[in-house]
Amino acid sequence: MMEPSEAALPEEPVATHEEITFKTDLSQTRPSEDPQDLDAAVRVERFSSWYGDFQALQALSFVIPENRITAFIGPSGCGKSTLLRWINRMNDLVPSARAEGVLELHGTDLLSSQADVVDLRRRVGMVFQKPNPFPKSIYDNVAFGPRLHRKLSRSETDDLVEQSLNDAALWDEVKDRLKASALSLSGGQQQRLCIARAVACGPEILLMDEPCSALDPKSTAAIENLMATLRQHYTIAIVTHNMQQAARTSDFTAFLYQGELIEFGATQQIFTKPEQRETENYITGRFG
Amino acid sequence: MTNPSANPTRPIPGRPRSKTAQRVRERLIQAGLVGCALFSILITASIVVILAAEAIQFFRLDEVSITEFFFGTEWSPLLGAEKHFGIWPLICGTLLVTAVAMSVALPLGLITAVYLSEYAPPRLRAVLKPTLEVLAGIPTVVFGFFALTVITPGLISLHEGFEIYNAFSAGIAVGIMCLPIVTSLTEDALQAVPRALRAGAFGLGATRFEVSVKIVLPAALSGIVAAFLLAIARAVGETMIVALAAGSSPNMTLDPRESVQTMTGYMVQIFLGDASNYGPEYLSSYAVAFMLFVMTFGITVIGQKIRKRFREVYQ
Amino acid sequence: MSAEVTTFGPDRLSRHGRAASIALRMLKDRGFVVICILAATSSILVLSWLLWSILSSGLTYLDWAFLDDVPSRKPEKAGMGPAIIGSVLVCAVCAFFALPIGVGSAVFLEEYKPTKGKWVKRLHAFVQLNISNLAGVPSIVYGIIGLTVFVEMFGLFGSANDPALAIGSHPFEASDGSSYLEQAWYYFQLPIGRGVLAGALTLMLVILPVVIISAQEALRAVPDSLRHAALGVGATRWQMVSKVSLPAAVPGIMTGSILAMSRAIGEAAPMLVIAGIVFITYTPLHLMDDFTVMPLQIYEWAKKPQEAFHAVAASGIIVLLAVLLGFNALAVFIRNKFHKPLS
Repeated sequence: MMEPSEAALPEEPVATHEEITFKTDLSQTRPSEDPQDLDAAVRVERFSSWYGDFQALQALSFVIPENRITAFIGPSGCGKSTLLRWINRMNDLVPSARAEGVLELHGTDLLSSQADVVDLRRRVGMVFQKPNPFPKSIYDNVAFGPRLHRKLSRSETDDLVEQSLNDAALWDEVKDRLKASALSLSGGQQQRLCIARAVACGPEILLMDEPCSALDPKSTAAIENLMATLRQHYTIAIVTHNMQQAARTSDFTAFLYQGELIEFGATQQIFTKPEQRETENYITGRFG
Repeated sequence: MTNPSANPTRPIPGRPRSKTAQRVRERLIQAGLVGCALFSILITASIVVILAAEAIQFFRLDEVSITEFFFGTEWSPLLGAEKHFGIWPLICGTLLVTAVAMSVALPLGLITAVYLSEYAPPRLRAVLKPTLEVLAGIPTVVFGFFALTVITPGLISLHEGFEIYNAFSAGIAVGIMCLPIVTSLTEDALQAVPRALRAGAFGLGATRFEVSVKIVLPAALSGIVAAFLLAIARAVGETMIVALAAGSSPNMTLDPRESVQTMTGYMVQIFLGDASNYGPEYLSSYAVAFMLFVMTFGITVIGQKIRKRFREVYQ
Repeated sequence: MSAEVTTFGPDRLSRHGRAASIALRMLKDRGFVVICILAATSSILVLSWLLWSILSSGLTYLDWAFLDDVPSRKPEKAGMGPAIIGSVLVCAVCAFFALPIGVGSAVFLEEYKPTKGKWVKRLHAFVQLNISNLAGVPSIVYGIIGLTVFVEMFGLFGSANDPALAIGSHPFEASDGSSYLEQAWYYFQLPIGRGVLAGALTLMLVILPVVIISAQEALRAVPDSLRHAALGVGATRWQMVSKVSLPAAVPGIMTGSILAMSRAIGEAAPMLVIAGIVFITYTPLHLMDDFTVMPLQIYEWAKKPQEAFHAVAASGIIVLLAVLLGFNALAVFIRNKFHKPLS
């Protein structure tokens, strides 16, 4: 067994449980902090949202702290993904979606109809459930976002691509074939490419919507290790169905149930001594 | 390691792009695309307005009466001292050709579609599908030629009563032309029926025939009706086949062995002939075109509506 | 009959009614298969019969000269040179107009779906409905519309023989002293008359719905995840369309457009209204010039009473079908060569 490093992880599909090593298990090492003491990247206050007549989110209030990983857990349909889709305004594509309350990114109102949606989306990086690289080269995938927003020289683009691929722990694997189609990468590599693509735009927050649900265990480990590294530079919000993943990777955890925020706090506290009965039932697998 | 006060993002190199230029370009392109889309509405509107305006001009003429046009049974715009503009012979000819065509295309198309959707082994499918695609791609003037030089002599050798130009021959050719449309639209409808319905019936011990006829066909019925309607609209509007094979005598007849004239056939006759511009016979072609448009458009609209509703049921 | 005793298992059925004969049911199933195969093979038979009859009579006059020769009163001398050139010209000009407008409409319908505003949504739905209905309008009706709108231009600019506006013609004095107007290759007049341009514009009306619908299908095949990814990094709608959706849909759009153009090449009815049957022995010199197209030339030959001309018509059909075959082969080639998986 070679030394596990996220850059050199081979991408064989079969992986036994023992081989997978998680580099960091935050739940063991991080001290519990109070989210209120930290700077807020995203501020959510009395935030409600509807699809038609269906109320998907009910008066949520919390902050997503800066430079921390915040996990959103809860059973299917509890509104986790809806919240993420509001932060980068993907819900603009849903005709019946509307929202009320306060949703701010570093003080910018995310709900305003006057807001420059395009600029907001640049400031918010999104990684989707299934890897969705463009049918272009690896290089063009990463350069896609920056080229939209800025006029770049060749060398500037080269630098940016390398930095971003490095951030996503993918550079060593692909540096010799940057012109190859992104679709030639394995699923896990594709997802890291999508992370590099998001990071290249210089986002203020990275949203991850179940980024590992379509990946095998080994690729999942690679992504989780990557998150631990990214945490130094980025605020991350991750939606996950996988309780262990939330426990391993995040600093803070929010538990949503039927559109309501049941509990929000330091991950360690949520998973060891939750205050609410529903939270306990959920994380011990009694429902959901 | 963490430093909340610092800007967490790395500055991106390069100069920013102009937001205003981007916004203006975005608007211009959107306007252009809306223009493209509105163009299709403009086409529909101009069809209606032009045909209606010219038809009204036609009805204003002294030789013409609206009552005669809609209820008359004699159509003789070119010959004879007294011109008659009763559209029924043309409609009758059109319907006769369409009826023959549909009696060929509908059963054959339906059975072929059921076979393709429910039975066909891949090897036969691999032959049938391209065959139908090739048939669908053949220009109608070729079918007209085929009707005139192959089907008609064949019919005459079978039965002496057929005229050189006859509705039956044209109808068969139109039917062959419509066959691929009926088949592909019907097959679409059959494919839209959920697999689970079939599985349910098979699970109760039904034969393949029983599943097809008792489960799939009824479930796809409205989709099939829509396919039939769209095929009928095509047959009604078909021009080159009838211009070549059906003849040009506006007869009020239901005998397919005789020569008839369809609405489209009459229009071809007028636009090929030296009918003086703006004479009554020239204007009459606009009135006939208006009738043709109303008929085909009506059938198509109903067909599309049924098709849309059918699709919604299974989505 | 109500059962007095409730039974379970196999007994439940055997106590009710008579057993249907399995043999009879299987017989029906087999019989239906036979009918199906007969129906299905009949279309193959008809196609082979049609092709055979055309090939057997058409090969008589088919040689290289036939492609180049002009129409003639003598069947053995007749050729379809002007018709082939006419078809090529008309279809090229038609594609020039139909493809941008068609793809633009498709992009509007697929990529600019409104999410808000009742009236905008209605307009969107109406355009979509209108296009599927336009596809069902008989092509001869388009011919009549083309005649009024393009050829005569509602009579606003006088008649085609005495145009209100003419650019690119100058008087020319022949050696025998007679003078006439010589027209340059860029000659343009209003109204545009029964020329190549009028034919091409009319044909555009005919195939526009086909182009739009096929381009829409190609765009629909592009997975939404790619669009979301583009929007997610802050692309504007047009940036998303021009850099992601359209490039991904190009092979599909090209395949659809080629098939639409092959439909255009075979259209006779609207061309018949626009061009009429003219005896043309030269190729069009400019876009206002008289023209004929292949299917029209075939129609003219097929309409003649002499048997010999039917053979000429069959030769013409072989040429037309060969061109269509080439188009379809190209479409299949593009579909196979450039059709990459998108995710």
